[in-house]
Parts: sequence; structure tokens; C-alpha cells
Amino acid sequence: MAAETLHYAVVGQSKSRSFPEDDPFLGGAGPTAEADILIILGGGFGAGPTAIPDDAALYRAVLVELGTECLSYHTGADGGPGNLLGFARYRIGELAPSPLVELVRGPGADDGAVATAEALFGAHGFVVAVCSDQAGRIVDRLVRPKYNSALRFLDEGLATQEAMDLTCRLGLGYPEGPIERVRRSGIEDHYRVSLALFEVYGTPAYTPAAGAVMAARRREHGL
Amino acid sequence: MSGIETVGVAGAGGTMGIGIAIVMARAGFATLAFDRSAAALERAIGQATVFLAKSVERGKLTREAADAIGGRITPVTDVAALKDCDLVIEAVFEDLETKKSLFAAIDGLCSPHAILASNTSTLSITEIAAASRRPERVVGLHFCLPAQLMRLVEVSPGLMTSEETFARAWAFMERCGQIPVKTQDKPGFILNALLVPFNNDAIRAVEAGVAQPAAIDRAVKAGLGYKMGPLELVDLVGLDTQLRLCEAFYPITLDPRASAPPLLRRMVAAGLLGRKSGRGFFDYAGETIYGG
Ligand SMILES: NC(=O)c1ccc[n+]([C@@H]2O[C@H](COP(=O)([O-])OP(=O)(O)OC[C@H]3O[C@@H](n4cnc5c(N)ncnc54)[C@H](O)[C@@H]3O)[C@@H](O)[C@H]2O)c1
Repeated sequence: MAAETLHYAVVGQSKSRSFPEDDPFLGGAGPTAEADILIILGGGFGAGPTAIPDDAALYRAVLVELGTECLSYHTGADGGPGNLLGFARYRIGELAPSPLVELVRGPGADDGAVATAEALFGAHGFVVAVCSDQAGRIVDRLVRPKYNSALRFLDEGLATQEAMDLTCRLGLGYPEGPIERVRRSGIEDHYRVSLALFEVYGTPAYTPAAGAVMAARRREHGL
Repeated sequence: MSGIETVGVAGAGGTMGIGIAIVMARAGFATLAFDRSAAALERAIGQATVFLAKSVERGKLTREAADAIGGRITPVTDVAALKDCDLVIEAVFEDLETKKSLFAAIDGLCSPHAILASNTSTLSITEIAAASRRPERVVGLHFCLPAQLMRLVEVSPGLMTSEETFARAWAFMERCGQIPVKTQDKPGFILNALLVPFNNDAIRAVEAGVAQPAAIDRAVKAGLGYKMGPLELVDLVGLDTQLRLCEAFYPITLDPRASAPPLLRRMVAAGLLGRKSGRGFFDYAGETIYGG
């Protein structure tokens, strides 16, 4: 059976972490009147909760882009209508976005909307991972504590940065070691994400490592 | 110069020991493969023979080279055979008392210049070294699984390890074609100190209903470019091994991330050990997913 072509429209802020301006995915979007899926770009606490359009029920799925916030920031605790989902393409700092789209289902999400969103992203070559509406979704929840540990180990003299990065590349098959990655992507961005997760979880794992705090503080002074 | 010519591996009947023996024999060293279990040793030597034959099939080694490597490995079941070794690497069970009594025995046999190394993953090099009368000649050499294929070795000095011993061990690893990295003698060195809590976090994410195991692994691979997801890795290593690692690390570090997640304990209790039992987070008989 040939895969159904899903039409989608994109609205919201022009600056999206998931889809930078020249991203081919944006080029495939059409008018809202013909869309099966409405994608609302934005994300983050900065602009305030996204206004859910009155005609949301007309779409098979409405996808709200998320930053470090949960979907419930936009919908309220009840999760909003069943066809409303959150999403974020995983991206660390200012590095190019990865192929991963984390698709967030709130408490009342309906399976049809999830399947439709998965089909849309899948058809555009993205890898989709469905998750519940928890801070850090999947990847940041798992990787930020690791970056904090690696930075702390470095401070404590466990090994040099080179030794730690090499160990992860050779011993664990990572494309890049944790410290080189967190530094290349912008250590103050790690600080920002880590702190956002710390606000929710309150565990030492998310306490930004000293190196990240200092870099972020220096950045406040333009350094 | 490492000044190391004759080498021995204790626990060569085990997974790591035989791999380490292959590494040293491949580098041209006469290698004594010691294990107290003759049956385990015989099995491991058989596995080494199969590995070398496969290397020939894949064009990585000539038949002559493979035969020469195999010929350099001598199986022994009497610890006394290690007496002329310049270096003995132990890879016996991960148990402090077992390692200490072995170190005490080897210490009494080998000449004073010989280096004793431990492949421990979780124990302290300094504590193991304290069982010998030569703590300055004891060093950590932590290989990765499978040792015969992975080039990384974490080299860790204990508190009493001399600089000379460290330098000799380092040079010897380079002569074996390995890539040494230096780490302090701390629980889990670098690799396990990062990996064990990370894997636990992934298990806790399953427990917390963040996502299905397959989605977690898919996200980590696509988002971070890792070759393996944390849950397929735990399945490969064995959930019982992950539990043992937690039990070794948590009491020493008191790091909550190193403590065993309740789901891990339940799965081990239920016999869901991963690949070795046919089911862990994933089912290896079908494609069903745990919790799916
Ligand atoms: N398996 C891994 O992934 C891995 C990786 C790195 C390091 N290590 C470390 O390597 C060591 C060995 O682990 P393994 O998984 O190969 O174990 P294993 O159980 O496969 O093998 C241990 C071997 O040691 C032998 N042995 C036990 N006590 C002995 C003694 N007193 N004298 C002589 N031989 C004795 C046993 O007969 C057995 O053949 C441990 O310290 C472990 O922490 C394991």
C-alpha cells in the first residue's frame, strides 16, 4: 500500500531550533486550509505559552514545538485536546539539528494523532521517538547528567580531557567525547539546559558543573 | 623500554583473560595463560583458536601468523609457572579477597622487578596492591571487552605505584598495539564511571514511563550518534552484571545514579538477564519489547 501523503502547514515564530530557516522540511509546508497537520514553531518559556488555535480540532494533529519546557506549559495540566502533541528535533547547543524528533504525548493524547505525526516525520527522513511529557524528554534527561559528571571528573583530576574523550570514543564508540562535544556545542548552552532540568528534578545530577556555571557567568559579561 | 619479555595472564580461562592473552601473544610475547580451572582454560584456548582462524578467514592474519600467535600461548594450571614473568595481568573473578590472595601468591613467586597488574573494573588498585609486598610495582590495566579487538586500556596508578612501573606498563601497552589512557585509581576509572550511571538513568527512564525501551535507544542513537542504545548495551553486558556493577560502585561513591534501579533488581530476580537469557529489555526470541 502506498504511503499516504500528509499535508502540513507551519505557523509561529520564524526562529525555530528544530527547523532553521533553510531547512528543507519548511519548504514542503503548504497553506493551513489544505493541511492535515498544523505545526506551531516556537518553543521555550520566553514567548509565553503558545495560544492553541480555535480550529485545532480541524487537524489530524497539531504539533507544538518545545524547548526545555514541557508540553503542559502550553496546554495546562490536562494536556489539551487529544490531537495536540509536542515535539522537538534534538539539537545540542548551536550544532546542526540531529535527525531525531522527540514526539511528546500528553496525558490525553490520542493514538491516531501520534501515528499521523510519526508518519509525517518518518516520511521526511526523521527518526521519531515517542515519549511522555517529562522534562528533558529522552535525550537531555539522559545525557546532561553525563556531561555534568564528565566536567566534574575533569575538575577533580580523574583524567585529562583528552583521556576522557578518547576513552569514550574508543571504549564506547561515541562519535565525540563528552567534553569535546559539550564545549563545541557551547558550554553555556549546557548550563541553560541543565539548570532548566535542575529546576524540575532538583537532583545533583542536573546541577550544572562548575565549568558550565563559570562559562555562563563570563558570557553575561560578553566574555 | 618496558623491560618486559615474559608475560602471564591469571584468569586466562575467562572472557577477559583469554582476550588479553591474545593481545600479548599477537604482539610477539611468550604468554603464560594461567587459570585454576583446567576446564575453563581448555574452553578459552579453544575460543582463541576459533578467533585466530576467523582472523585468517577474514584476511586479517596469515595462517602462519595465526599459528605463531597460538603457539606463543601456553596454558598452565599451576600458579608456580608464572615465576619467571616480568608482568602478570590478573583477570580473575571481580572479588577483592580472590584478587588479594592471588596477588600475595604471585608476589611470593616472581622476581622483585616484575610488575603485577589488575584488570579490575570496580575495585581499588591500591587495595589490591596492599596484598603484595611490592605495591610500587602494581598498576591497573583495564582492558575493554572484547580485549582482543578493543585497543583502549585505562592505566591507573595506585597510591603507591612508582612512576617507573607506570611508565613500563604504559610502554608495554603501546608495544602491544594498545592505546593507553591514564586515569586515577577511582571507582570505575573513566569508562565505567560514566557508563554505569548513564545505563541506570536509561533504566530509570523506562521505570518512570518516559518512553518504551526501543524509543529510548532509538533516541540516543539518532540524537547523539552513539552506535548502541543504553538498553541494548545493558542487555548485551547482562542485567546481572549491571546490578553487580551498581552494588560495587554505590557503597563507595554514594552517587544516587550508581544505585541499582528497582526495575533492574526486579528484572534480574525474574531471570530477565538480557541476551544471555533470551530476554531483557528486548526479546531475542521474537522482536517483542519489554513493556511493549
Ligand atoms: N567482562 C567484562 O566486560 C570486563 C571488562 C573489563 C574488565 N573486566 C574485569 O576482568 C576480570 C575478569 O572478568 P571476566 O568477565 O573475564 O570473568 P570470568 O568469570 O569470565 O573469568 C574469570 C576466570 O578467572 C578464573 N579464576 C578465578 N579465581 C582464580 C584464581 N584464584 N586463580 C586463577 N584463576 C582464577 C576463573 O576460573 C575464570 O576462568 C574482572 O576483574 C572484571 O571486573 C571484565
